[in-house]
Amino acid sequence: MTERRHFRSIDEVGIDSIRRLLDVTDHMAEVSRRPNPKVPALRGRTICNLFFEDSTRTRMSFDTAAKRLSADTMTLAVGSSSVNKGESLRDTVETLSAMGVDAFVIRHRTAGTPWQIAEWTNAAIVNAGDGWHAHPTQALLDAYTIRTRLGGATSFDGLSVAIVGDVRHSRVARSVTQILTMLGADVRLVAPRTLLPPVPMAPSSHDLDDVVGDVDVLYLLRMQSERMGTGLVPGGTEYTDRFALTPARARRLRRDAMVMHPGPMNRGVEITVDPSTLGQSLILDQVTNGIAARMAVLFDLLGSSGTLEDGSNV
Amino acid sequence: MSERLVMTGGTVVDQHGERRLDVRIADGCVVETGPSLVVDPSVEQQLDVSGCIVGPGFVDLHTHLREPGMTEAETIESGSKAAARGGYTAVVAMPNTDPTQDCVEVVKFVRQRGIEVGLCDVRPSGSITVGRAGESLTPFAELAAVGVHLFTDDGSGVQDDGLMRRALEYAGELGLVLAQHCEVASLTRGAVMHEGECCSHLGLPGWPALAEELMVHRDIELVRLTGSPVHLLHLSTARSVELVRAAKADGLPVTAEATPHHISLTDESLRAFDARFKVNPPLRTMADVEAVRGGLADGTIDAIATDHAPHPSRAKERPLDEAPPGMLGLETSLGVARSVLGLGWQQLFALLSWQPATIAGLGEVHGRPVAVGEPAHLVVIDQNAEWSVDPMQLASLSTNTPYVGMTLQSRVRHTIFHGRPVVIDGMVNA
Repeated sequence: MTERRHFRSIDEVGIDSIRRLLDVTDHMAEVSRRPNPKVPALRGRTICNLFFEDSTRTRMSFDTAAKRLSADTMTLAVGSSSVNKGESLRDTVETLSAMGVDAFVIRHRTAGTPWQIAEWTNAAIVNAGDGWHAHPTQALLDAYTIRTRLGGATSFDGLSVAIVGDVRHSRVARSVTQILTMLGADVRLVAPRTLLPPVPMAPSSHDLDDVVGDVDVLYLLRMQSERMGTGLVPGGTEYTDRFALTPARARRLRRDAMVMHPGPMNRGVEITVDPSTLGQSLILDQVTNGIAARMAVLFDLLGSSGTLEDGSNV
Repeated sequence: MSERLVMTGGTVVDQHGERRLDVRIADGCVVETGPSLVVDPSVEQQLDVSGCIVGPGFVDLHTHLREPGMTEAETIESGSKAAARGGYTAVVAMPNTDPTQDCVEVVKFVRQRGIEVGLCDVRPSGSITVGRAGESLTPFAELAAVGVHLFTDDGSGVQDDGLMRRALEYAGELGLVLAQHCEVASLTRGAVMHEGECCSHLGLPGWPALAEELMVHRDIELVRLTGSPVHLLHLSTARSVELVRAAKADGLPVTAEATPHHISLTDESLRAFDARFKVNPPLRTMADVEAVRGGLADGTIDAIATDHAPHPSRAKERPLDEAPPGMLGLETSLGVARSVLGLGWQQLFALLSWQPATIAGLGEVHGRPVAVGEPAHLVVIDQNAEWSVDPMQLASLSTNTPYVGMTLQSRVRHTIFHGRPVVIDGMVNA
């Protein structure tokens, strides 16, 4: 028996699988553009969304992806579960596993829970975000979005990317840095030292103005307003003045630059320009591609070949 | 059980060196030693310990027995069994019980329970502050009167500089020793693991080395000011070792300990997100591991102490930020130390037995030379044994050992406590 495969972090999955998944995502994007965007690929499979942290968008994206693949889904959000009544994480997972789950999609506020949970179930684990650690489907959809914009390029050699904002607390930043670096891009982190990890995973700068006119990709991170006015960054408008995409900075962007954001945007904090007026914005493409990328991951873990035909033909 | 015992064929190791000696024990004491004692099987038991090392029993400065209050994790009985199997004839019980060992009643209970179990000498420590809350001093003299020698708020450091100064002044004149868990709390809020490359990658909040080193430095300077001794618990960083080395060179009454895990494991262990590797202070880098080993080898660090910290598996199965820190240590410390340190037996015994005995104030009873008239608290070690750690085979009620499946060298074969073999061939002889 081969070891159960998971999709928990970009570095664990590795470059070969990432390249394959990007191709599968392309296929899933094609499925999604069909008049009837549904295939029977995962008919009879059960996917459980296990969300211990609020996340309407990611949860809906996974749910839609599963449904387009004809999987059955169940969703447990922590507020409505026994987890709040003293049941352990392990008991919850074992109970749900006993109901016959093929894959768990897990979101948790603490890094590492997808690895802990994998010890207690035979189901495949998809990491939908664990603490500050990893959000690999976000990274996959971002890489796919960039690749599509580059006309399907398989290598990002020479692509310059700036990831701006609260890198320290961002699982998105960690996973996106990993996948883009793996594919050949030059990633730079732009943040005050207080919002970088102790040992940053890429070269860093604290001067957005220094890079904004040069980059191919400007990747903005969500800045939680509750972190401002703490020991990390001063309150008031200082953060926005230094690190937001303002109209002035937007004017300096290259015309062919790409502006990205994992959502949800904190308007007026990390972005003060209306993205819908920004020709370079790929923010809604990211949302659209998110479904295809998650379909690709679920299909890769649970599907078998030959089941991607149009559902009406089966 | 015979009160008389002769161990034949072993190599004795103690303060006086290493030599082939048989040892006769009666009435709890060593009564005769010699190269080949004649055994009278009608009145005494013979233990053939050919090829084994015989030395003074180990003394652990840092054991969490969890009783009273957390007996799902460990009890004084189960912890005593683990200690005896690990070769310990005395353990200092840490005060972070529930209720805290900050008053005579609790301390007496722990001591009494240890005596009832009768497998090793259970010596309760006292907390420095009431409830380990860091605010007001515990009654040091009252607790000293019922046998407490070491005082510590282990689990957290005394944060208030002024309070620590007064505690040292007050304890020093009573001849007591304060032991510090060095951690500046404002630098470690929410921390799960060592702050460095690994925590950055894993997205786990970091515990910087500086948080330990600042308090090591502060306490050394407070010792310089007050003249009172301090014992520094579980040193984990290279710079901490340097600071202690310099303090000793200055002649200050500073002692220090290191745990088996800080000389054998690094922060890389957390890469699989297994909470068994979460411990406080955290596992650090290889450079730190090597520096701590160096501190043990050159005498900067006086003792190997286990920080034996049992936790039920349901606690260790919680998310990493909620899972309690700590790992088992009593039954694996010798094997780990032997496997990673490359020290000779006499130096190893110094670190495991007589030096910690002195720090604990037990130097008149434990860690004694193997000589006529001395109390028979002894350990017999099968030096060539290689064994694999199976958590289900440990005596502890908990299974949170980080050494699952690891092969260790040398193993405790017998433990003699008050002249009685409490462990024979690795099994507790209750």
